[in-house]
Amino acid sequence: MIPKSQESSQLDAQGNLKHFLTIEGLSRELLVEILDKAEGFVGVARQAVKKVPLCRGKVIANLFFETSTRTRTTFELAAKRLSADVLNLNISTSATAKGETLLDTLRNLEAMHVDMFVVRHASSGTAHFMARHANPHVSIVNAGDGRHSHPTQAMLDMFTIRRHKGDFSSLSVAIVGDIMHSRVARSQMLALKTLGVPDVRIIAPRTLMPARIEEAFGVRVYHDLTEGIRDADVVIMLRIQRERMNSALLPSEHEYFHLYGLTEARLTAARPDVTVMHPGPINRGIEMDSQVADGERSVILEQVSNGIAVRMAVMSMCIGTQNLRAQSIGESHA
Amino acid sequence: MLPRQPSSWKPGFVSKTETWKGPDEIAAAVARMASDLRALIEARGLRDLLMIGIHTGGVWIADRLHDQLGLSEPLGHLDISFYRDDFTRIGMHPQVRPSYLPVGIDDRHLILVDDVLQSGRTIRAALNVLFDYGRPASVVLATLAERTGRELPIAPDVVGFHAQLEANEQIKLSGPEPLVMLRGRIPKGSAAAASRQGIDDGSSGRDSTPRQERP
Repeated sequence: MIPKSQESSQLDAQGNLKHFLTIEGLSRELLVEILDKAEGFVGVARQAVKKVPLCRGKVIANLFFETSTRTRTTFELAAKRLSADVLNLNISTSATAKGETLLDTLRNLEAMHVDMFVVRHASSGTAHFMARHANPHVSIVNAGDGRHSHPTQAMLDMFTIRRHKGDFSSLSVAIVGDIMHSRVARSQMLALKTLGVPDVRIIAPRTLMPARIEEAFGVRVYHDLTEGIRDADVVIMLRIQRERMNSALLPSEHEYFHLYGLTEARLTAARPDVTVMHPGPINRGIEMDSQVADGERSVILEQVSNGIAVRMAVMSMCIGTQNLRAQSIGESHA
Repeated sequence: MLPRQPSSWKPGFVSKTETWKGPDEIAAAVARMASDLRALIEARGLRDLLMIGIHTGGVWIADRLHDQLGLSEPLGHLDISFYRDDFTRIGMHPQVRPSYLPVGIDDRHLILVDDVLQSGRTIRAALNVLFDYGRPASVVLATLAERTGRELPIAPDVVGFHAQLEANEQIKLSGPEPLVMLRGRIPKGSAAAASRQGIDDGSSGRDSTPRQERP
């Protein structure tokens, strides 16, 4: 866990969102504000001109040290719909591949007057590290750091849940899969608890379940899928990385699907109006059956669309906070 | 310290408030507006009108006008938060409501409704939103109150009340039930008075209290 002093570094002195690094430490009020703002941005996709002028003149750099399709493209589209200029840095062909350090990359891009960095990195804590070292007028948005946090994914999942269930206060939500290595699961658990979901369950084989997670996150632990999703309102499936098979944490894809794969038959244990979610990309036939993935209870593609609105909300709030700051500096110089 | 600046009038920034127009006077004004609109529609030969209220007060008034004019298309709602010209000064407006336009606006005649017209910046923003949705044939502006303080070349077509107010005086519609127009004065030299920059929706100011982090 990140120490308290660093946790709060994503807010300015007035409690406005300056960076978006983790769900940890954020109030329910702020999470709801993000969801409400995102609701307003959904309509932008219906405009003939799918753009709003909020971040006109701002430069947003996508800095992805890990591969990503969905997250990077939805961040890019979100930034463009806010009228920002977007730089996509392809790290494999960039100076990093030539040995440049992360801080040097940051300094160089800051020298090009980049206002916001969207960062994904295999090392936990990268976004926090950048936020600590970035210039005061620059915002950092975490697009996934190691096993630690993927806060915009969690917020788009919360947004999708709220659109389907309306209210968090009486929900049972089950998260199934590789909890151990999942930054998505960590952020989801924090967001669900913060938003007041009373019953959060996590379901995983013992090899993929972190120790003492009940106490750390206030969730219920299951090792049996059917038992775990019984009467659940929402079932969130996580991606199984194939590398886990090689590292001997799972015996085989076949056995995982046999025990933990979500099928129509298994899903009957959940509530009839259950919503099935997956952050993507799906491994069909490993964590879920195609019938479920493409079924009427699946909202997987909706999650992708919602990701754009939620990322617009987060980015515009951070840029708005920069503006507040710039304004007050301007005043004190006046 | 960075003050969260109020962009509009909130209780506490205004020294004293009083009722300027009560529910009956507002009902009468809305009836006058409806009749003026009917005359204007007749004179210009407008067909297939679409009425759009600006959040929040404008929607309350538009709702009543829409009933009285018996328009067939549902009422549209417009939120201008993403088009405000003070985003670069005060950041994101705290409350954003989704805009809702029931039908395409291309080649349609629109009636745009707001509660108070002051600087004209809200209407400028609203027109920009509309033009990102399409190209209307024409736009008519109806406001419940029109007051001194215009900063842009924008004029209403139909008005309920005219008000001569000093720069530090404020009027604000409170509602939705009952509708009351309040009037008050921002103390001179206060941060609120100094930071007032035009956009005259009284609907929701920035919260002046810092958010508390979870302990």
